[in-house]
Amino acid sequence: MSAEIPEAASAEEQKEMEDKVTSPEKAEEAKLKARYPHLGQKPGGSDFLRKRLQKGQKYFDSGDYNMAKAKMKNKQLPTAAAPDKTEVTGDHIPTPQDLPQRKPSLVASKLAG
Amino acid sequence: MAGAGGGNDIQWCFSQVKGAVDDDVAEDIISTVEFNHSGELLATGDKGGRVVIFQQEQENKTQTHSRGEYNVYSTFQSHEPEFDYLKSLEIEEKINKIRWLPQKNAAQFLLSTNDKTIKLWKISERDKRPEGYNLKEEDGRYRDPTTVTTLRVPVFRPMDLMVEASPRRIFANAHTYHINSISINSDYETYLSADDLRINLWHLEITDRSFNIVDIKPANMEELTEVITAAEFHPNSCNTFVYSSSKGTIRLCDMRASALCDRHSKLFEEPEDPSNRSFFSEIISSISDVKFSHSGRYMMTRDYLSVKIWDLNMENRPVETYQVHEYLRSKLCSLYENDCIFDKFECCWNGSDSVVMTGSYNNFFRMFDRNTKRDITLEASRENNKPRTVLKPRKVCASGKRKKDEISVDSLDFNKKILHTAWHPKENIIAVATTNNLYIFQDKVN
Repeated sequence: MSAEIPEAASAEEQKEMEDKVTSPEKAEEAKLKARYPHLGQKPGGSDFLRKRLQKGQKYFDSGDYNMAKAKMKNKQLPTAAAPDKTEVTGDHIPTPQDLPQRKPSLVASKLAG
Repeated sequence: MAGAGGGNDIQWCFSQVKGAVDDDVAEDIISTVEFNHSGELLATGDKGGRVVIFQQEQENKTQTHSRGEYNVYSTFQSHEPEFDYLKSLEIEEKINKIRWLPQKNAAQFLLSTNDKTIKLWKISERDKRPEGYNLKEEDGRYRDPTTVTTLRVPVFRPMDLMVEASPRRIFANAHTYHINSISINSDYETYLSADDLRINLWHLEITDRSFNIVDIKPANMEELTEVITAAEFHPNSCNTFVYSSSKGTIRLCDMRASALCDRHSKLFEEPEDPSNRSFFSEIISSISDVKFSHSGRYMMTRDYLSVKIWDLNMENRPVETYQVHEYLRSKLCSLYENDCIFDKFECCWNGSDSVVMTGSYNNFFRMFDRNTKRDITLEASRENNKPRTVLKPRKVCASGKRKKDEISVDSLDFNKKILHTAWHPKENIIAVATTNNLYIFQDKVN
């Protein structure tokens, strides 16, 4: 014998519960939105795609680089603990140590070993 | 636990494993695996821009229990890192794809590509050398011509086999964005290369010219909504190719229709229930690989959670759908945070198009038999690496009580991903790449 439940109110709650139970995906979405409330309105849209297209972009200003190189002659070399080695962009002025070593692999593949 | 994932109850056995045991060097990450048309050669490409080619041993009459092993045949540096100073763009040397040309003469040819440049490599054997020159000593020093009193005819004598790789063509400067696919046409004269927004058609002999056949770049980049994720020529019709998108659609184009194939001939898309849509829907529907069946009647696509088989005659939905790791649907939030949701898994057909295979996490890979509708999960691991050891099927426990020998979703190692697999064109021999090791498995030969 179950008590009478007002239908209107329970329909919404029921749909929410159904979503969580039948759609694990929606539950995961709710989790993500809770952690990152400012996540873009366009999921998988322009921002995300443009980031993908810009892969490999490393900003390099030869003027800044040469100025930094000249200054370094008089000062001590910056410590090895430079900020994120891959960031050669924005505020951080590249120094010779920071530029990634773009040498080809001199070692043979280990699959051939 | 009898597991049958192949036609006629195939039992898969470990055969070989290649690569370092402990080293975790970034350059060693395997980025592509491909058998040639006969299956005698197996090529791998890695993040360091190197290609390693393995050759199958001739079958030994005394070795009745296994097929020939694959041994190193040739290895070379295909691509090197570059920096485009004009665009401030670092160009990785990582080999994105290798595709073999069918063999026409004694030499072998393959195309290998990184993000920007495609190269045609010739791999040839040298097993004899000329000896008995009149003007040169055997060690190469020149003789004084005045000391020569008699003449002899140089002859070819056998020498130790030497395999040489040389770049015959370099197809550069045709892609603004990153190349994700190359595909050789069935005419064996042309091939296509696809990047995020464009597809180009090349002639194998001509490097200074390329035709653009698909361009989806919007006039205003703010309007960009989808990118090209993979492309392939039809195996028999030289005028037909397909390309897949990040929105889960596949477009089939006919080059006879117009020079610029921006208007598709067919659009393959499975309708989505709008009430099921979530933030993740589009991301997990992005197609990471598309492969035609050998017959040319079907094509297979891989998205994040499933493999779908499409009949080219039916555009509105796939004819078969196989769940690769549905248990990940309740983990999408963490998979988005650690970027695994963007992993690009490939898929492949067996020679008779009856079984398809794809990779997963925890070094697991999956096979689906289209006829029996049975599937199997196997693991590429160095434990159990005695040759002819039959692989034990694996099972992931999604929730609830974990049975003995099952592994729970939370124990899966998401850093151990199998993105690249290949199936021998004629036999039941498969090559499975973990992060930096290559495994070769064969079916049990009695």
